[in-house]
Amino acid sequence: MTWTNVIVQGVLFGGFYALFACGLSLLFGVMRIINLAHGDIAVVAGYTAVFLVPHLHIAAVWGFIVVVPIFALVGYVLQRTLLQAALDRSPFTTLLVTFGLSVLIENLLLEIYTANGQSVNIGSLIGNSWQVNSVIYVSWFQLVVLLVAVAVLGVLQVYLSKTSTGRLIRAVSDDREAAQICGANYRHIFGIAAAIAVATVALAGISYGILTELTPTTGGSQVLLYAFEAVVIGGIGSLWGTLIGGILLGVAQQIGAHYNPAYQVLAGHVLFLAILALRPQGLFGKKEALT
Amino acid sequence: MSATLVPDVGRTVVRANYHPAVLVAGVALVAAFFTAAPWILPAAWVSVLDNFFLLLILATMWNLLAGYAGMVSIGQQGFIGLGSYALLYLALKGMNPFAAIPLAALIAGAIAVPVTFLLFRLRGGYFAVATWVVADSAMLIILSISYLGGGTGRPMPGLTSLSPAQYNHDSYLATWLTALVVSVGTYLLLRSRLGLVLASMRDSETAARSSGAKVTSTRRWVFVIAAVGCGAAGAVLAISQPFVQPGNAFNINWLAEMLFATIIGGIGTVEGPIVGTIVYFVLYQSLQGLGAWYLIIFGALAVAVALWQPGGVWGLVRDKTRFELLPVGYRVRER
Repeated sequence: MTWTNVIVQGVLFGGFYALFACGLSLLFGVMRIINLAHGDIAVVAGYTAVFLVPHLHIAAVWGFIVVVPIFALVGYVLQRTLLQAALDRSPFTTLLVTFGLSVLIENLLLEIYTANGQSVNIGSLIGNSWQVNSVIYVSWFQLVVLLVAVAVLGVLQVYLSKTSTGRLIRAVSDDREAAQICGANYRHIFGIAAAIAVATVALAGISYGILTELTPTTGGSQVLLYAFEAVVIGGIGSLWGTLIGGILLGVAQQIGAHYNPAYQVLAGHVLFLAILALRPQGLFGKKEALT
Repeated sequence: MSATLVPDVGRTVVRANYHPAVLVAGVALVAAFFTAAPWILPAAWVSVLDNFFLLLILATMWNLLAGYAGMVSIGQQGFIGLGSYALLYLALKGMNPFAAIPLAALIAGAIAVPVTFLLFRLRGGYFAVATWVVADSAMLIILSISYLGGGTGRPMPGLTSLSPAQYNHDSYLATWLTALVVSVGTYLLLRSRLGLVLASMRDSETAARSSGAKVTSTRRWVFVIAAVGCGAAGAVLAISQPFVQPGNAFNINWLAEMLFATIIGGIGTVEGPIVGTIVYFVLYQSLQGLGAWYLIIFGALAVAVALWQPGGVWGLVRDKTRFELLPVGYRVRER
């Protein structure tokens, strides 16, 4: 029974990791770049929820309704200015610039808000859980996050395959020049993709801030690494693979933590490295996606 | 060193636009000065120089990785940490810490060899984040070893017999000599056959591959050499602290500093890391007491340089004057 609980808790954490990861996966799919500041943006969104929402006289749990649209706009503007300028130089420059951005964000947060942990306080809602039996508790909040992650991935899948903007995004990611000849403004399309990516990771950051604590360094050492591991385990270029990757990462971490809390993160890294050794294209990825 | 002869058409092919003996004399003079620095300069300057040469090692290694071999690693702090802990382990086993520096560096390099077989399955940004995963894994493993002090760390043994003045002196010399070996070694490496392969890979990997250049094994060599260099930096860091603690040895700020210094100085040039390290220390000294602001300003500067002046400070100087202080290529000169 204990093992069932370990798996259940792992699956619940997997929802967070999938939500962290889908923006990273989307941006890589569309622009072939990795945004190294991905996790730090999630933390800034969480901090925004902590420090801005109390002034708005709404229940903290609804803070995301305000913060997520703001971050969609932030994503669009960031893409059209800094990231596009870097992308025009080279993918290499994009890595340097997003790493620089990541260090800037972390140190600014450290200077302004100190290294103390911050949480989004939603009151007693966080404590509600559903007791399956004597051992297994399912936190309502974590279950909601898992369902939100599934919903976000589902909506994203439908959006990319069925809507005209989604088709444009796919066209631009397949062949930028050809799409441009057909009249697509690829910079605007990149902006939309970045807006979606940043909005989803903002949602993930706020949720993570509700569940646990955010510190200035949470973004790099946790969010970015977990998101990245979920993407690679699931397979680069596969959105549903990312969900499975996130869940497997969560389960691996909980199994590690079950032996010794100190091994929680390490167990996830070990799963990632094992996948890299045995099946580098990931569980659901195609081999071509690697090059 | 000397001019290579080509069919006599009134031109020679040379490396530098000054006599090769000037280079050797210049390096010898600089080497003599910094070796004698503890006797000439005040103690406060020597301690700044100690930190200066530490960052110079790191920036030189990151430049070799990213600027010459095209591998953006954001996990070099892992090898700094491994170098620190390898030295701690050797010192705990009774070795003299100073004598154990080369061995500690080689241990970090030996760990890098199997790691490349995993990392080289990924490219670009994925490679970059994967290096960080490896660095984080290394730190988490070290954290769980209580013999090495776990999360709280351990003081470096074998240094208590030295007087404070002697310790400062030896610690500085260890850092400086390591920096000298790393810099001169990297320079000679880039002038060698391996440097030629790296240059051809940078221009076109496909063309290099089809001309018979062993691209993957060259990358592997560079990654391992950079691990040895960062391991050596970690070892001298452990001596100059002299306390080994995971939060310091594996700190991501080391990576930020070496990356920013390389970009600002001029990535892909031998002189770049030197110039960038000087810029860093000027900034660091003038912003003292402002906490993390120096890193924020330094980072913003690096982002601006990467976007608008990708050749960095040295790239600008070279393009304006056509002067190369430490040339690695060849140029044609009218006789």
